[in-house]
Parts: sequence; structure tokens; C-alpha cells
Amino acid sequence: MSELAVIFLSAMLVNNFTLVLFLGLCPFLGVSAKVGTALRMGAANVFVLTVTSLTASFLNAFVLVHAPYLRLISFIVVIASLVQIVEMAVKKLSPTLFRELGIFLPLITTNCAILGLAIFQTNREYGVWEGLAFALGAGAGLTLALILMASIRERIELSDVPSVARNMGLVLILAGTLSLAFMGFAGLLTS
Amino acid sequence: MSPRVTTPGEDFVRGVWRENPVLVQLLGLCPALAVTNSVANALAMGLATFFVLMGSSVLVSSIKRLIPKEVRISAYILIIATFVTIADMVLAAVVPEIHKALGAFIALIVVNCMILGRQEAFASKQPVGRAALDAAGTGVGFIIAMVMIGGIREVLGNGTFLGAALFGSGFEPWIVMILPPGGFFTLGILLLLFAGWEERGGAERAERTWRVPVTRRVSDVGPVAAPGGER
Repeated sequence: MSELAVIFLSAMLVNNFTLVLFLGLCPFLGVSAKVGTALRMGAANVFVLTVTSLTASFLNAFVLVHAPYLRLISFIVVIASLVQIVEMAVKKLSPTLFRELGIFLPLITTNCAILGLAIFQTNREYGVWEGLAFALGAGAGLTLALILMASIRERIELSDVPSVARNMGLVLILAGTLSLAFMGFAGLLTS
Repeated sequence: MSPRVTTPGEDFVRGVWRENPVLVQLLGLCPALAVTNSVANALAMGLATFFVLMGSSVLVSSIKRLIPKEVRISAYILIIATFVTIADMVLAAVVPEIHKALGAFIALIVVNCMILGRQEAFASKQPVGRAALDAAGTGVGFIIAMVMIGGIREVLGNGTFLGAALFGSGFEPWIVMILPPGGFFTLGILLLLFAGWEERGGAERAERTWRVPVTRRVSDVGPVAAPGGER
């Protein structure tokens, strides 16, 4: 049990997917202007990460032992179809949520955090439960980074920044500062 | 794309300059920040991405009539994944140390939105020659940006360039530059500098001097990382 907790905390804080490993930067920069949207995006990502982790475990155990060179291709096909299914389910069950997420729902396919998770999980030879803890930790870390960034950006919206900094430059400097703060977690799990 | 006829040179230069994938369009940021802690890694990543982009653009452009519209994105992703698998295996066989240093990020070329973006926006609509030129321009623009970020980070963070020591023993390396925050800071400061330069009319002057074609302004492109727009 404690081993699972270590995997969870490590993926969430020490090796935060967005701020330390640079995975999933597109939604981090694109969907982080408002806290509400950031939260929903985070939730959608947690769901896709969890299901991807389970599917990757299944593929690794039963299919890819016979054809390891197909790993990348099969992972990306699984992720693309998964996102398609999620999209159709959300559209059917909650048209309001579907409209709110808009273009960002299909774009989860090209979020490198998802494919990165499947590959890391395979490289580290995680089992089903370890993979699940890893996916939940990664999702929690992603959501945390999104919400932190969105909260800062909501305040910047109202402040008077120099005109050169109105674009992405300032957001990246902010991300660097957040990343610096997350470096402080590096010593958390060594003892 | 502007409706007027473009010359082959413009197809190439556009990706390097006006629509530089990393520095203007902010696409493909994950590798641009994750593996640029040394020039050698940045260069290897840039070349691998160039190969994948070139291969997929040419292939997509050649078979564009055979791909049904409904499944085109999946078809592009499959083509890209095939080329990435090739690049992965070649790098593992030829330069094992670099392959190890780049780790999972070779495989993650598949989800580099820059590559998929070029297929959807250009290669699927244009003849093979123009698609190849466009891919070459975008690829070269990507390599330039990677080496630029990698160079700044390696020189400041390690005191070396491509492994060769630049400063005397008195230089204290800024370790933070080769750590993750350094990636964000380097790209952020570069973007601020470019924005300031553009504001003072530097971009127009350079375009007049070098006769670089004007296709569209940075402010029109905006943060392309959010294609749907958020508001």
C-alpha cells in the first residue's frame, strides 16, 4: 500500500507531469485562462489517463509480448479511439458539458501526457494497481498545475503588464516560477 | 494560406521565419523544453523530428486522394507513428547514448502537434513538391529554435557548447538553466525579447532587408496552442 502511495505522490508532486517533465504543455498554456475551464479540463484528463493506464496494462500483458515493435502504434490507436468514445458518451449524456469543453475534448488525443503515461508505465514495468496509482497521481498533478496557473492568470488579467508581456512570454515565465517551486518537492521522497 | 500564388521559396521560408513552429506558433513545446538541456540532445531531437515531418508530409501528400475525409486524422497519426517507430529504431541502433538521453521523448514525437498540424493544414491539400518544401521549412525552423534554446541553456547552465568548455574555471554554472525551470525561463525570455523587437518594428525592417515574404502577423496567429479560442 505504501508503495502505491509513493508512486502517487511521486507522479503528482516530485515528477509533476507538466512542470517538471514538460508533458501536456498545450492544454497547460491553452486552457489555463480561467479556473473553471481548467478544473473541467483536469477532470477530463484524469478520466482518460486512468482508462489509458488500464488499457495499456492489458495490451502489455496480452498483446505486445508477441509484437513489441507495434507498441507505439497500438497505444496511439487505443488513445485516439478512447477519446472518441469519451467524446460520444459526453455528447449523449451531458450536452452542456460537451459544449463547454468544445475543441479541447478531441485535442486530448494529442496531449503528450496521455501517451507519455502509457510509455513510462511500460518502461517502468508497472502492474495494474501501480499503473492505476501512477495515472491518478499524474492526473492530480496535471489538474493541480492547471488550477495554479489559471488562478495566477485570472489575477494578471486585471493588472497592468507591459505590452510586450501580453502574449505567451509572461505565461512561460510564470510557469518557470511554478516549476522552480515544484523543484522544492525533489527531496520529499528520498528518505 | 493566402489565395495568391506562392513561390517555392516562400513555402520554405514561411516555416523558418513568419510561422516558426516553436517561437511564433508555440507548437511542439513539450520536446522544445524537455530535451533542450544540451545542444547535442536538442540537435538530435530536431533532426529526428525533421525526418518524421518530412516523411509523413511526402507520404500524406502522395496518397491524399486515397484517404477518406472522415478518418483522415487517424490515418495521419498512423503514418506519423510509423515514421516515429523507424526513427526510434534507427537512433537506438546508431547513437545509443543519445537515444537513452532522449528517452520517451522520441516516441512522443507522435503527439507533436506541429507535425499533425502541417499534415492537416498543408500536406493534405498540396502537391508532393510543395508539401516537401513546407515540411523542410517547418523542420528547419524547429531545428533552429531547438538549437537556440539548447545553446542558451547549455552555455549558461553548464558553461559548455556541444561539450566544449567555453569559460575558465572561474565560471560558476547556473544549474537552474539545465533544470526544468530553465526551459520555461529561456523560452519565456526569448518570446518577450521577440515581442519587444517586433513592437519596435524590427521584424518589418528585417523583412525588407532580407526580402522575407510577409504572410501574416504574429498578432493574427496569437496563441495557437488554443485552437478553439477560449472566450
